[in-house]
Amino acid sequence: MRHILSILVENEAGALSRISGLFSARGYNIESLTVAPTEDPTMSRMTIVTAGSDDVIEQITKQLNKLVEVVKVVDLTEGNHIERELMLVKVRAAGKERDEMKRLTDIFRGRILDVTDKSYTIELTGPGEKLDAFLGAIEPGVILETVRTGASGIGRGERILRV
Amino acid sequence: MQLTGAEITIRCLQEEGVEYVFGYPGGAVLNIYDELFKQDKVKHVLVRHEQGAVHAADGYSRSSHKVGVALVTSGPGVTNAVTGIATAYMDSIPLVVITGQVPTHAIGQDAFQECDTVGITRPCVKHNFLVKDVKDLAVTIKKAFYLATTGRPGPVLVDIPKDVTQASTEFTYPKTITLRSYNPVTKGHAGQIKKAVQLLLDAKRPMFYTGGGVILSNASSQLTRLVRLLGYPCTNTLMGLGGLPGTDPQFTGLPGMHGTYETNMAMQHCDVLFAVGSRFDDRVIGDPKHFYRADRKIIHIDIDPSSISKRVKVDVPIVGYVAEVLDEMLRLLESSPQRPDAAALKAWWAQIKEWQRKDCLKYDRKSELIKPQYVVEKLYELTKGDAFVTSDVGQHQMWVAQYYKFDKPRRWINSGGLGTMGFGLPAAMGVQLVNPGAMVVCVTGEASIQMCIQELSTCKQYHLPIKIVNLNNRYMGMVRQWQEFFYGNRYAESYMDALPDFVKLAEAYGHVGIKIEKPGDVEGALREALAQKERLVFLDFITDQTENVFPMVPGGKGLTEMILAEEL
Ligand SMILES: Cc1ncc(C[n+]2csc(CCOP(=O)(O)OP(=O)(O)O)c2C)c(N)n1
Repeated sequence: MRHILSILVENEAGALSRISGLFSARGYNIESLTVAPTEDPTMSRMTIVTAGSDDVIEQITKQLNKLVEVVKVVDLTEGNHIERELMLVKVRAAGKERDEMKRLTDIFRGRILDVTDKSYTIELTGPGEKLDAFLGAIEPGVILETVRTGASGIGRGERILRV
Repeated sequence: MQLTGAEITIRCLQEEGVEYVFGYPGGAVLNIYDELFKQDKVKHVLVRHEQGAVHAADGYSRSSHKVGVALVTSGPGVTNAVTGIATAYMDSIPLVVITGQVPTHAIGQDAFQECDTVGITRPCVKHNFLVKDVKDLAVTIKKAFYLATTGRPGPVLVDIPKDVTQASTEFTYPKTITLRSYNPVTKGHAGQIKKAVQLLLDAKRPMFYTGGGVILSNASSQLTRLVRLLGYPCTNTLMGLGGLPGTDPQFTGLPGMHGTYETNMAMQHCDVLFAVGSRFDDRVIGDPKHFYRADRKIIHIDIDPSSISKRVKVDVPIVGYVAEVLDEMLRLLESSPQRPDAAALKAWWAQIKEWQRKDCLKYDRKSELIKPQYVVEKLYELTKGDAFVTSDVGQHQMWVAQYYKFDKPRRWINSGGLGTMGFGLPAAMGVQLVNPGAMVVCVTGEASIQMCIQELSTCKQYHLPIKIVNLNNRYMGMVRQWQEFFYGNRYAESYMDALPDFVKLAEAYGHVGIKIEKPGDVEGALREALAQKERLVFLDFITDQTENVFPMVPGGKGLTEMILAEEL
């Protein structure tokens, strides 16, 4: 099962490598990992998307909590949550492809950030599947370059993760 | 007062009451060594290889419940120390390892004797620090001692660049420390403890299975009281020996790969398994699928939540310090009107006695050759079970664990988790220093001893009268045993050719050496060695080359799929 773990961690040099090292040393998989400082600059928030059986996820959570610099770990997938990812795609857009691409971008509520006479650079946010769906909807040969941030997540409603 | 980083380092060690630092100098730590030189509160022990420094600090800690401290230089000093650090990590031993680093401005430049110490040691420490500013030094060292000793203990490393040891700042040593990200749960959950007590009282076929956590948490008196109060059988793992006295009639011997027949059968067939500070290691329970039984309930106390339900699902998990949880359980039991089911317990003990009749540790006592088990038994008799015994890794280690009955905790010092050959001698140095006057014996094999043999020189320098019992079978015995059982007797590279004359070698280092070749001479030689209170004696016992360790559960097999001696 796919899980999204939110982790509050001391904003210290090496904290990231401790966490990624834990995943590789124990053979856990990382689908994506994002990290940035929070409103409190001494702390960073990390979102890790991983997959595993309930037992494995329980171990991952415990192992993360065991790291001295980890302040808190929450499995967002245990409750209602919002998940977003940002993608930038550069596509070939010439001739009649231009209109088609513009229309598709609108349907997916994306934005065109940069234009040349041969290409568009499109920004798209949403859950991972939406970004996948967009890429699925255009012809693979048209895609020149993609970059994705990996998922960030937050609990819905009153669910709050802080110290 | 303004102090340099080097002065601060030593002052911190003094504040922590550190008696001995085990180390080896080099460029990056010269400032620290200079400050060591100028004072005499903290004594330095100069080893002959950094691996030995960490093992010595480790043995010091295991036998005393104090923190072991090691000091090594950057680069090769650190890489040599890694084996020692990983050994301590696997067995949860509290150490503070101070390492020199190239100056901060040189970090990342591939400077002379630079290595990424924090990176290299990250997976084998509880935590590590690189101190980039002298202002952070004192508080970092305080954190290191705090982290090493609280929660699940372990080694903590502090990497100090040379310029930080030169820079100055105001020194104050924090009295206490709190870390918002580190709050180990130490007190067991009251409801869970109640549930555990009830399960134990209702059990028909109970079994205690206790590990290193009992030793580390100084909980052996609580464990012993509890075991005796209930009258239940109890096994201690390799790391837990001495948790319950080895001579206690309720002690059933070691569990696991080389555990006794009765213990493994009882572990498998009990209806309530009470795991205390043990971690269901692969060498203890064998194949977890085979070990699983729907009709058996498991209670597990551990300080580390990640140890619980890692390999085996448990029914009643209790996170906390073993000693505190056992105290609470004793209180509940003593005030409970309920007593264990006497009839069921009688039947269960009858079953265990039946299993014991297999006499799984028997060996040929009439042999013309020296049987290694006999040497260990004699050692036990002559030291009355009261010696500190360290070991290396291999058959000899298992024979000590099987045949030496440890009545007290912290007497059996071995590398259980990592299985590090070379551990025994340097560990014995630490043990002897913190227990002056005590009988310290290192039981080893001719292969293992050669991995840190250079420490014989350290023993000479510091007058450490360790007794080395070398069970010399001219083979890497444990490797040879596997090759005999599982590789059609193809003894690939396990024969120890070109062995040194250990008697002469001991003498060359300034010690006494004795070679023993006949069973009849074993006792006399041991007596002679033990009587030499001031000297290190190297006893080279030429033992039966073909002896194997029984019982044996082959790797990956079920716990009750044991090979017994008579079956071969
Ligand atoms: C550093 C290290 N290298 C290799 C091994 C693998 N190993 C385990 S036991 C053993 C043989 C030990 O031989 P010896 O010290 O003579 O003891 P014996 O088994 O004969 O009692 C070896 C090589 C190990 N445990 N540690």
